[in-house]
Amino acid sequence: MLPAPFDYHAPETTEETLALLDQLGDEGKVLAGGQSLIPMLKLRFASPGHLIDINRVQGLDFLDERDATLRIGPLFRHKAAERSSLLASRYPVMAEAARQVADPIIRNRGTIGGSLAHADPAGDWGSVMLAMDAEFVLRSKGGSRNVKARDFFSGPFGTTLQPNELLAEIHIPATRGRSGGAYMKLERKVGDFATVGVAVHLQMDDGKVRSAGIGLTAVGPQNIKAEKAEAALRGQALDDATIKEAAALAAAAADPTSDQRGSVEYKRNVVRVFTERGLKRARDRAREGARG
Amino acid sequence: MAIETPLKGFIGESIKRKEDDRFIRGKGNYVDDIVLPGMLHMAILRSPFAHARIHSIDTTAAQALPGVVAVVTGKLLEQHKLAWMPTLSGDTQAVLATDKVRFQGQEVACVIATDPYVARDALPLIDVGYEVLPAVVDPSKALEPGAPVIRDEKEGQTSNHIYHWEAGNKGKTDDAFAKADRVVSLETFYPRCHPSPVETCGIVADVNPATGHATLYMTSQAPHAHRTLFAIVAGLPEQNIRIVSPDIGGGFGNKVPIYPGYVVATAASLLIGKPVKWVEDRSENLISTGFARDFHMKGEMAMRNDGRILGIRVKLLSDNGAFYADAQPTKFRAGLFHIVTGSYDIPAAHVVADGAYTNKAPGGVAYRCSFRVTEASYLIERLVETAAIELDQDPAELRVKNFIQPDQFPYKSATGFEYDSGQYEKALRLALDKVGYDELRKEQAEKRKKGELMGIGIASFTEVVGAGPGKHYDIAGLRMFDSAELRVHPTGKAILKLGVKSQGQGHETTFAQIVTEELGIPAADVEVQEGDTDNTPYGLGTYASRSTPVGGAATAMVSRKLRDKAKKIAAHLLEASEADIDFDHGKFFVRGSPSKSKTIQDVAFAAYTNLPDGMEAGLEGVTYYDPPNMTFPFGTYLVVVDIDRGTGQVKVRRMVAVDDCGVRINPMIVEGQIHGGLAEGFGIAFMELITFDEEGNCLGSNFTDYLLPTSWETPKFETYETVTPSPHHPIGAKGVGESATVGSPAAFVNAVIDAVGHLGIKNIDMPVTSDKVWTALKEAGAAE
Repeated sequence: MLPAPFDYHAPETTEETLALLDQLGDEGKVLAGGQSLIPMLKLRFASPGHLIDINRVQGLDFLDERDATLRIGPLFRHKAAERSSLLASRYPVMAEAARQVADPIIRNRGTIGGSLAHADPAGDWGSVMLAMDAEFVLRSKGGSRNVKARDFFSGPFGTTLQPNELLAEIHIPATRGRSGGAYMKLERKVGDFATVGVAVHLQMDDGKVRSAGIGLTAVGPQNIKAEKAEAALRGQALDDATIKEAAALAAAAADPTSDQRGSVEYKRNVVRVFTERGLKRARDRAREGARG
Repeated sequence: MAIETPLKGFIGESIKRKEDDRFIRGKGNYVDDIVLPGMLHMAILRSPFAHARIHSIDTTAAQALPGVVAVVTGKLLEQHKLAWMPTLSGDTQAVLATDKVRFQGQEVACVIATDPYVARDALPLIDVGYEVLPAVVDPSKALEPGAPVIRDEKEGQTSNHIYHWEAGNKGKTDDAFAKADRVVSLETFYPRCHPSPVETCGIVADVNPATGHATLYMTSQAPHAHRTLFAIVAGLPEQNIRIVSPDIGGGFGNKVPIYPGYVVATAASLLIGKPVKWVEDRSENLISTGFARDFHMKGEMAMRNDGRILGIRVKLLSDNGAFYADAQPTKFRAGLFHIVTGSYDIPAAHVVADGAYTNKAPGGVAYRCSFRVTEASYLIERLVETAAIELDQDPAELRVKNFIQPDQFPYKSATGFEYDSGQYEKALRLALDKVGYDELRKEQAEKRKKGELMGIGIASFTEVVGAGPGKHYDIAGLRMFDSAELRVHPTGKAILKLGVKSQGQGHETTFAQIVTEELGIPAADVEVQEGDTDNTPYGLGTYASRSTPVGGAATAMVSRKLRDKAKKIAAHLLEASEADIDFDHGKFFVRGSPSKSKTIQDVAFAAYTNLPDGMEAGLEGVTYYDPPNMTFPFGTYLVVVDIDRGTGQVKVRRMVAVDDCGVRINPMIVEGQIHGGLAEGFGIAFMELITFDEEGNCLGSNFTDYLLPTSWETPKFETYETVTPSPHHPIGAKGVGESATVGSPAAFVNAVIDAVGHLGIKNIDMPVTSDKVWTALKEAGAAE
């Protein structure tokens, strides 16, 4: 690897990190798992003047559920998500997404927070966060603000995160009642970015949908929340006709482009097929699963 | 008694690979591991455009960067008559562009600096004035009148046409078609793919200004041939050039050509007087070095209604890129594509091939393939599948009907090959039996009723590998023989030096085992050396599965030469007549009294200490082997797939591979070769693709776009063997390195077509991606 020259910082506290971000502004780039940043440095697509490596900051790799909120730290890695029994039992959409992110080597290092801040429209976690109605805590030297996932993404590789801010925490409303989820991903090979991904997160009350979340991967300039499809499910019993209708609405919400992975028509169809299959899988899981 | 290891390494013993110790300990020695005192580093500035005129190159700012020693341009090379170099197909190729750039990624200038980072930093400081010209990316359009002429610098070149070549007999073939009940045709494109060895190409060039000696550590599959070409191109005296090909991390044909980077680094070392290292990165390897395939093929078969093939006619258009740099024997402009009659007794054949220049990287190397055999094998096996669907016959039985029969060997093909041996039906029947063919066909019929898509694909391929004979096959005029030099030391340990060069094939083990078989010296005691032109006998190198057929034969022959001398010494030691001495597994004994014996080690010691009167001392020799014919490995591959109608995803459920490569020297290594080749064939069939947009931008320039299969998606391979020894090879072996890449793509694609053929889908070109499958299903009204 032969990147352009840069300075390297390894802060040991969050305060130190925020001070560096404040001081370096546009020239500073946070290094978490490095699974996107390092290849960009290698290809010289990115040449930040300073890298701020947060891996020595203690206590950033947490995952816990308290006060009706699932909280995730910025150094929580894909591999930890893949192995978490909490996610496997209560947040199947996350567990299923985790094991489909890239390949095992990348999952060992890469972080959920880093993936979200990188905001690749083909990244898997953005759709999962949209489906789960997550909220991000953005900290800076001066303070902290919370931004909903749906307000966070702004086009390809764009977010509302400011250069002086750190994505310090991810908050997800804890599931209640019977819930189920699924992450459907079409990839050309293990390690490839998604051709299409669909995240589905359902919460049920008395056999009816209390809330439905559907996030779409790689079919638009950013991860998409299929809000019309979600609305069509709310309050409904999940019969096949309702699922079909929601799947059609999700396909309509997709805004893909044609490339080597497939045509617009193809990708839209996969969104439809995956939404349908994902909803059925999530419904079955909600029926089988324990009450939260 | 000495303690013996259970396996000595006789033929047929799967001893562990001798070379793996250093590889698995990270102690291999690759070009990039080589560090010399005072060594400088080179980086290459490449063209961002596919076709553009160069008006100016300003290197001032780059030269001013601290650490930059020199910036080399085509103008500087021109002064030394090095701006252009010959290709392996008799064309010329720009070393550094002077007049125009002709493909994206072409070499424009080189920076030599004190460290590799600075060399890279300087590249964007070079200011090149380009005038962008229309790019030609479609070979058919390239041949249309009025297309921009890419090679306008060539005297007399007024179009983009490169060559016209024919094989077989047109008249006989036309007659066969006139007599046919029907004609089965298929138009298919074997797309451009890339060998992508794990180690990219590189060189450390060390020209000593005082002595004029040039030591070139190079990623070379053919170090001796490269030395000769360097002598011719650079005008250096050949005795002063030493090419060392150290450990090589995969070649697959990619390391057969000479690349501009090698030439510039050598020139720079010569001019500066210091060693210069150049190691390309992954993108450079993918966009500029030898690609493979890129054949547009139209095949037709004249058939009788009973399924007999009467004749085959093929029209080819090859897309050769900006410079015609195919690595292939001089006589054959489309490689050995005329092996297209495959495993079948087809009385008439005619192949017409034309080549076109386009604004793409040059190459045309044989990616794990013997000179375009892959394209030929793919076409015939796809045609047979097409015929089975159109005639509504079982594809296995249709093959059996047309196979060349065992009693027809040696078999003279309609295009002029003499097949040495084969038992095609035996291999096919074994594959059918192992996969449970009849049951699978029943399951398929059941599934079809339910609207589910499942397919069974077959390919019964024939390979042609192991070039020479030298009178027919050459590289740039150098005949394709190969060599082995064997020295047995007084203690009975040996050094074997070869003209071929391993890139991972396991030569250090396989060739030692041939010596073990012929002389009885344990493989552990035979050191195999390759790759250093100062230390090894001249040879043409390793590609086209030729090492065992040619270098292996040379090893057997030189061992036998030594055995003849050893027998004389043994007779002397045993005080018997040479005529009464027998040899078996490393022991010489007097016929009829096996207790009276001498080991090869006893004899080796005597060769230096106790010789018969008048005999030269020592036990060593050298053999140059020119094979009487190629070898023709074959086999049947069988693939079972399931297809998702909603996404078009193809899931390979089973893959059964029966290979016949004659006698297997080290069965474990052979298995490894087959597994690797099948994985590559799977990759080619389903994902590997170098393609270009209309402006000639390469869309496969890194491993996120150029997809290689990993262990995750590669199917499990069930491998089996039949053994039909080559009648002309000293130990009956045939080449095996490439069979699996040659034979398997058609089996994978045939399986997909077998699943959807009944819907009227006749062809899906590789790579068979899920979107292509779904689109075909949709057009057939069968998608979910």
